[in-house]
Amino acid sequence: MSAILAAAGLSRSFGGLRAVDGVSFEAGAGRITAVIGPNGAGKTTLFNLIAGALSPDSGSVSFDGEDITGMRPHEVARRGIARTFQTVKLSGRMTVLENVMIGRHTRSRSGFLEAMVAAPWTRAEEKSMRDISMAAIERLGLGEYAGREAGTLPFGIQRSVELARALASEPKLLLLDEPASGLNVRETKGLAELISGIRGGGTSILVVEHDMSLVMGISDEIVVLSFGRKLAQGAPRDIQRNPEVVAIYLGEEDADA
Amino acid sequence: MRRYMPVLALLALALVLPGAAAATKTAYLLTQGTMSAYYALASLGLCALMGYAGQISLGQAGFFAIGGYGSALLSTLDLRGAADAPIVRALDRLGLLAGGADSAGALALSPWAACLLAILLAAAVAALIGTPILRLKGHYLAMATLGFGIVVEKIARGTAAFGGADGLSGVPGLGLAPGLAVTGGREARAANFTIAWIVLALGLLFLVNLMRSRSGRALRALHDGEAAAGAMGVDTARIKLKVFVLGAVYAAVAGALLAFYNGSIGPGEAATTKSVRYVAIVAIGGMANLSGTLAAGLVLNFLSLRGVFGSLDDGVFGAVLVLVMLLSPSAADYRRGFSEFAQRFAPTPRGSRSGAQAATPGRAPGDSGPGAPSGPRVGGEAKR
Repeated sequence: MSAILAAAGLSRSFGGLRAVDGVSFEAGAGRITAVIGPNGAGKTTLFNLIAGALSPDSGSVSFDGEDITGMRPHEVARRGIARTFQTVKLSGRMTVLENVMIGRHTRSRSGFLEAMVAAPWTRAEEKSMRDISMAAIERLGLGEYAGREAGTLPFGIQRSVELARALASEPKLLLLDEPASGLNVRETKGLAELISGIRGGGTSILVVEHDMSLVMGISDEIVVLSFGRKLAQGAPRDIQRNPEVVAIYLGEEDADA
Repeated sequence: MRRYMPVLALLALALVLPGAAAATKTAYLLTQGTMSAYYALASLGLCALMGYAGQISLGQAGFFAIGGYGSALLSTLDLRGAADAPIVRALDRLGLLAGGADSAGALALSPWAACLLAILLAAAVAALIGTPILRLKGHYLAMATLGFGIVVEKIARGTAAFGGADGLSGVPGLGLAPGLAVTGGREARAANFTIAWIVLALGLLFLVNLMRSRSGRALRALHDGEAAAGAMGVDTARIKLKVFVLGAVYAAVAGALLAFYNGSIGPGEAATTKSVRYVAIVAIGGMANLSGTLAAGLVLNFLSLRGVFGSLDDGVFGAVLVLVMLLSPSAADYRRGFSEFAQRFAPTPRGSRSGAQAATPGRAPGDSGPGAPSGPRVGGEAKR
């Protein structure tokens, strides 16, 4: 397995709390890697460290053979990493199409001055942005919403729009932060098929997820976090049998009961 | 084509109104119409920055003043005393000087050179101060830009070279073509109205194009959330700086042209109340609304210049600003936002699903006790 993403000894503290504590793992090219763990295990922090939304206190991240540690989010994005957010982040007053077209930002060039004078070549670029974005919208079955303001749509649709936006960038690596949260069982099944389909297209995927049914069904590799540390890593079958993993989830169950 | 309708309407009015004014013997109104167009241009620049990109600036009058004072000073500064200095000779060779050593009048930078230098200066100042202060958000950015505006006003008022409280006068006209110049005076009045409104139409056209482009979408996305815009590859710091400079250039062009038109500029143009006025106009226009800003800028400035608001002038803008803030749809968002915020602290632990999803990075490990909604799902699956 060749790794597209490798984290080595990543750590990040908030105040006295070690949210991510010396985590190392690799995500294979063309594979689906899942990061699971109870609430507060450091999954989203780990994600933000990879995507550049946070800088690590120590450790490194390399992507596609390049050290991307401490890069800002747009620099990470330009290297071919697209992400979704745990809480959907769309521009509510922009249409679905316009939102998805933002996903083409890294794949287009035209700047301020060219746009202001409507230079002829910007028109061709605009058309290609529009076409590819529409294709991403259709792929997620959102065609009927393309012209609607994103903020007016139901939550589940917004989540799909966010995914369409990420896909429109044609990423090498797709980071999905709890894509199933807020979805019902049927929607989650559809999402699983979709994610498998994206992987089938050659995109590598790293998914942070709470919903074990989703993760177990689609993942090639699972990384388990607990209290900011990596507890286990392996194929879904092995993870399910890992006594430590079972213990932390059962432990959480007890806490909830 | 619908998006270009306001531009076309402006162009039509630019051509038709002078004739209409002459026919109805109200040509004196064209003076205020011309000035309103320049003020509206400064508001349009702020609309891009504040309405679309969501970055408030209470310093727009500062850039207006840099454009105006810069043009006025550079085009009137007598260089005869330094006529032999290498730099003055170089400027002369480049044809950037007006008058000449042999002519009877003063030797100064040509109005065009003065105007362009002043606009470049405004852009440079914007880039310089924008780099640090655009890291600030919301109230902090408002206060920093307010401070900048106050500094410019105090420099304008307190510097002898800028004429103190009197400002600068004797600014020459900015020649556009033989017999056509941006300048005051009765005979130039109709032509200048047309010039100003065409400039305004161009300013609008550029922004209409920008907002529908890749960069415009990035600006609007920035407004709604820097995290998402950055994650999609938008260099948020850079694009904020760009739109800040763009807004400053609009203000500086407006200030420069108004100085040439009036033949003078005073410290009142740099006043904080002017900056507040620009903000009010963008707010009244509907924030991310170029046509609205344009209409509000033209109408309110025209009424103000006509003296309709009397001595309450700035007070009217302030009062309208308060009203708009209270009644705007986004204020409704804030009110709703507050009630949701309040609900989160209501005694019932089972809140809405999305609201309780906030597994923030700072949350303590294992802090997934009662109320964490996804816990049971995971546990249930793992048990099987």
